[in-house]
Amino acid sequence: MNNEKDKGMSLIVKTVTRLTAGPIFLYGIYILSHGHVSPGGGFVGGVIIALAFIQLMLAYGKESAFKKLPRAAASFIENLGALMFLALAGLGFTGGYFLLNFIGKGEPFRLFSAGIMPLYNIAIGVKVGAGLFAIFIALILLRINREDDR
Amino acid sequence: MIYLLCLILFCLGIYCIVRKRNIIKIIIGTIIAQYAVNLFFIILGYRREGRSAILSPNARIENMVDMLPQALALTSIIIGLAFTSILIALALRIYEKYKTFDVTKIKELQG
Amino acid sequence: MIAAANIAPLFIVISLGGAFLISLLEKRMKHFPYAMGLIVTGMLLILSLAAVKAVGLYRILIYNVGSWKPPLGITLVIDGFSAFMLVTVNLIAFLIAIYSGPYMERYTSKGKFFALFLLMVAGMNGVVITGDIFNLFVFLEIASIASFALVAFGTGRHELEASFKYTLMSAVGSLFILLGIGLLYSFTSTLNMADIACALLQKGKSNISLMVAVMFIMGFGLKAALVPFHGWLPDAHPSAPAPISAMLSGVLIKSLGVYTLCRLFFNVLGMDAKFSAVLMFLGALSMTVGVFSAIGQWDFKRLLAYHSISQIGYVFLGIGLGTPLGILGGLFHLFNHSVFKSLLFLNSGAVEYAAKTRDLRKMGGLAQKMPVTGATALVASMSIAGIPPLNGFWSKLIIIVALVDAGRFGYAFLAVLVSIMTLASFAKVMKYAFGGEFNTNLGDIKEVPGLMRLSMTILAAICVIGGILGFAGAREIFLGKAGGVLQEGINHSLMILGGIK
Repeated sequence: MNNEKDKGMSLIVKTVTRLTAGPIFLYGIYILSHGHVSPGGGFVGGVIIALAFIQLMLAYGKESAFKKLPRAAASFIENLGALMFLALAGLGFTGGYFLLNFIGKGEPFRLFSAGIMPLYNIAIGVKVGAGLFAIFIALILLRINREDDR
Repeated sequence: MIYLLCLILFCLGIYCIVRKRNIIKIIIGTIIAQYAVNLFFIILGYRREGRSAILSPNARIENMVDMLPQALALTSIIIGLAFTSILIALALRIYEKYKTFDVTKIKELQG
Repeated sequence: MIAAANIAPLFIVISLGGAFLISLLEKRMKHFPYAMGLIVTGMLLILSLAAVKAVGLYRILIYNVGSWKPPLGITLVIDGFSAFMLVTVNLIAFLIAIYSGPYMERYTSKGKFFALFLLMVAGMNGVVITGDIFNLFVFLEIASIASFALVAFGTGRHELEASFKYTLMSAVGSLFILLGIGLLYSFTSTLNMADIACALLQKGKSNISLMVAVMFIMGFGLKAALVPFHGWLPDAHPSAPAPISAMLSGVLIKSLGVYTLCRLFFNVLGMDAKFSAVLMFLGALSMTVGVFSAIGQWDFKRLLAYHSISQIGYVFLGIGLGTPLGILGGLFHLFNHSVFKSLLFLNSGAVEYAAKTRDLRKMGGLAQKMPVTGATALVASMSIAGIPPLNGFWSKLIIIVALVDAGRFGYAFLAVLVSIMTLASFAKVMKYAFGGEFNTNLGDIKEVPGLMRLSMTILAAICVIGGILGFAGAREIFLGKAGGVLQEGINHSLMILGGIK
């Protein structure tokens, strides 16, 4: 039990992380979902979501972050995001064009508007969030493995 | 004038890539050069006293900055991210094999 | 819009979808990556043949992505030159996909290999069919980044070092390309290639277009491994797994380097005597330096890598000449080089697979134990050296005749000389690796698995019959259209723009 507590950083960092990780995640989702009406969008939102997980990992050590989002799941979700984007783009063929905005545009400046743009944003956000986290894991695991070898 | 600053930053990055011996410093050099190019794109679209190209319900559309270079810069940032992450992964692996970050000691291949 | 233009986005969708599906499902099904790789590249090959047919009917296929009208949206353009490159890329990709199934058994992660492979194919197809200059840059980066990871796939000391060098030089090269694109955009206020050509034509010659040309030569020349920028190639190509060496040498440097340079110089910036002289000089330089570096090499794959530089020099010499015959010869040589250089790299991979060495001095008499590999290597070596009935001879002949026609006797003499040096160098390969007494130190050697043999045999067959593409009937369908696009120069861009509006 004692061992569990020693992992990661100090108590202060852990407490702050516990408080901030949730809001950061929510903020990422906000940026993601309002990408078509205000600055932001899929990539930025995805990066912020990934940062929430990276912060968890830095503060608590890799085990507890993996409990929230295992490595295989991260790469699975990343691929799913990419395929989602591609499927949406392919659905444009129903209207005759690849990447066609085939849903009604709706009223400007509303959350549900701009046709498929929010959906694209979500797909990109999922892809970027999981992908960035996967890159971070890949880089960090390389180091951990090496330290284990010694 | 500000283009000159961009050029200086770019040259600094290239100098860093060519001259430095530490792999990590070389990677930082590529990042600096990358940012110089991104900055160049942003400056391209800039207008004197222009406002950001965001449409909001009660704003007049006049004197906006060109937002296409901004989109291009965003794309090039993403590509730069991919470049940087692959360079860092390679650098870590190289350190694992060679036990050094010094490029003058990593020269088993002759180009 | 022509209905046949609907195939244009499929080139990107299928390959990207295949790549992501593979990395999604690789853990669950063992043979899925290989099967998917075969299916995707096979479909792309069929589609590209269909594209050639469609181009024969309609000349130019234009597709507006998302139904945005250009120059606002991105266009995909398939013309003669694109269709020609599509066939080259996808043919080689399909055969290499066949080959890499058995070959990659020795490496740990087949799924990741095929996912990256398909990403690379997607990038190359995208570069070839796009009509938008920034989109071209993005696809170029997709293909290059996939190739960096593939070069380092073995994660040995040499692989990592080579890949690091390659990545770093590419990063600098792409920065120059990006700067060039920025300058072009600031000058013409558009990103559509046809539109840029129009705007440049209206504004007349200026120093900006010269500056941009210099940056493009630096950036794309680095991807094409022209001589002053070739440092990465002799390291990166031998270090990669054999199918990837074949891919890099066979098509990557061509679609990313040669195609882009030709497209931008001929159809966007407009070719003139200055550019032509520079391209021909660089071509001749690469040709000579490449072959002289190659002749002293003892590492099989390294020797082949230097020959790639030399043969790219031939392509640039032909295309840079700018006469119809020269362009035709250059493009024909591009296709032929893809075929025989991939075949040679696959052969070297087969030798490495069986004999576990790349050093020519440690081999000997392999033709007795590996008859198929020996025979196909003989065909490819004869083809690259320019022995008459094979395809390499015809394309070199066309280039040399074109040079003589244009009165460039110095370059013509150099081309003949380099051809003889190539012959000498490959005579060495055949003598040490395949001919002579069997070297008993190698132990028990078996011929490589059937699928690898199949792929090598098909490539050798293309080498033998490829020569007919240079003759009247077949030439019109395939090469003539591609050459025509380059000859029309800027007028071609005007035609595309006419088709759009």
